[in-house]
Amino acid sequence: MSKQNPEDRLYSREHEWVINNGDGTVIVGITDYAQEMLTDIVFVDLPEIGRKVVKKATVAVIESVKSVSDVFAPLSGEVIEVNAILENTPELINQDAFGEGWLVKMRLSDENELSMLLTAADYEEMLKEENN
Amino acid sequence: MELIFEISKPGRVAADVPASDVPPVNIENTIGSKYLRDELDLPEVAEIDLVRHYTNLSRRNFGVDLGFYPLGSCTMKYNPKINENVAALFGFTGLHPYADEKFAQGNLQLIYEMQKYLCAIFGMAEFTLQPAAGAHGELTGVMMIKKYFEKKGQNRRIILIPDAAHGTNPASGALCGFDTVELRSNSEGGVDIEHLESLMTEDVAALMLTNPNTLGLFERNIEKVAAIIHGKGGLLYGDGANANAFMGKTRPGDLGFDVIQLNLHKTFSTPHGGGGPGSGPVGVSQTLVDFLPVPRIIKKDSGCDWSENHLTNRDGETSYLPLPHIILKDSTYAWSSDFPHTIGRVRAFYGNFNVVVKAYTYIRSLGAEGLKHATEMAVLNANYIKERLKSYFDLPYDRVCMHECVFSGNRQVAESGVHTSDIAKRLIDYGYHPPTIYFPLIVPEAMMIEPTETESKETLDTFCDAMIAIAKEAKENPDAVHNAPVTTPVSRLDEVLAARKPDVCWKKS
Repeated sequence: MSKQNPEDRLYSREHEWVINNGDGTVIVGITDYAQEMLTDIVFVDLPEIGRKVVKKATVAVIESVKSVSDVFAPLSGEVIEVNAILENTPELINQDAFGEGWLVKMRLSDENELSMLLTAADYEEMLKEENN
Repeated sequence: MELIFEISKPGRVAADVPASDVPPVNIENTIGSKYLRDELDLPEVAEIDLVRHYTNLSRRNFGVDLGFYPLGSCTMKYNPKINENVAALFGFTGLHPYADEKFAQGNLQLIYEMQKYLCAIFGMAEFTLQPAAGAHGELTGVMMIKKYFEKKGQNRRIILIPDAAHGTNPASGALCGFDTVELRSNSEGGVDIEHLESLMTEDVAALMLTNPNTLGLFERNIEKVAAIIHGKGGLLYGDGANANAFMGKTRPGDLGFDVIQLNLHKTFSTPHGGGGPGSGPVGVSQTLVDFLPVPRIIKKDSGCDWSENHLTNRDGETSYLPLPHIILKDSTYAWSSDFPHTIGRVRAFYGNFNVVVKAYTYIRSLGAEGLKHATEMAVLNANYIKERLKSYFDLPYDRVCMHECVFSGNRQVAESGVHTSDIAKRLIDYGYHPPTIYFPLIVPEAMMIEPTETESKETLDTFCDAMIAIAKEAKENPDAVHNAPVTTPVSRLDEVLAARKPDVCWKKS
């Protein structure tokens, strides 16, 4: 079973989490459910700093022993920091998807988009529906 | 097993080279000392060591000539030996690629005829045989699409790719500078028409569609899909990866496809992978003919020497597939690069010619009725397996399938924690190559089984018996499945370590 989805953050339908830093920037990662579906992660392709992405565009690529998957930007904005340690230790996402395994920090171009994300309870409801 | 480097002994040789009867050349002067290396450490072995080494390696390999190989989407059909015999004829193997056209007329004629056969089988206006394999064919096709819109002065940025597609489709789009947008499948496993309508704008260059798709299902709305794409001025790209399901039964050109790539090493029975190389011919409708790679083959004095007849079989039915008929006369064949809108060359010389010879042999030995029969048997075999196994494994899309069927291992995971990867490894113990697993991505714990037409009912039955036995083991003795394979020289390798820290170079100790 995947870990509890923390209530201190928001979620996307594409299985990403978003922590709102409150200063126009956010931290983005994938959920524990997502890492469990991906299985053992062997490579993470992170974006260059300064890259501008629109919501739902590919912001990173995660390769596991099972498949290669795009990570879609949950919000529009500019990449201001990446979790470079993942380049050598991608397994951090498997071990701690909600913490040490974060992917990118972004500066938002439209903070209103935050309101379209899901709460932890909504996300869990969505997982239940998906699995039926 | 020891590596060939490890059985090496200094000075041991496999052949005696006779004394040189020409004056020695100073290699440092002719090549240049900066290009010479002395640390290569090539293995030194006797002929018997060499033969035993490679024979032992081959005994650890698994191929279609050894047993059933139902690797979904790969069409691992048997490769008839007549293909190899023909391709080994000296007239094909002995020709120098730079030989003058007048010495290569037979080979050029074969290329010309092969293009005509493929045009007739797939309903396209022209074919190129240059691309080296399927993915290269895709790239060639998308390059032509890009050039088409450039010529029209339209800057379309998007290529639509269904969520069930092969990973090479978005890669081909991205390499040509397009943004790829994912198109959803509906609950029946086909294109979600509403989603397609919402995505289709005048910014979309093309939809890359595999039909039947990777679920082994035929797109029932194909004509509607083509109309939606063409309605906004877009092009329909057909990935011919699954052509083994419709060859001789329907033609992409008639369904509205503007460009299609084939994989001769799949549909037309030439060897795969290390036994290849591949070949990825690309066919185009009249819309894209101007953009084909050069050089193209030209037939001089063409006149009325080519016709298409419709065969009548023993029951008096006229076949849908036209039979190309060539009237031999004194024609000459030549290369021409005089096509101003071409995308240029995509490969040296003219593709993997030897593969084309094998595929040509396959078409000529089966004939129009034979190709159609192959398709029918491929579809029948896949449906037979689907029906025999569907009460033992979940079948997410339960409808008549084409040349392959896709099961899910969800039930086994829930019942006893046995995953699809465990089932695949257990199949090795039963003597089978596992099916494709975890693809397509839209089916959790996917097992994609493609038997092909070349397998007998007895083979299908013993394979199904093995799958049923494994389903039973998963329930009653899951450890037997978790610990498989137990009959191989090595069992479970550390796949994660191999992917994270690959170590594939031998180092002298």
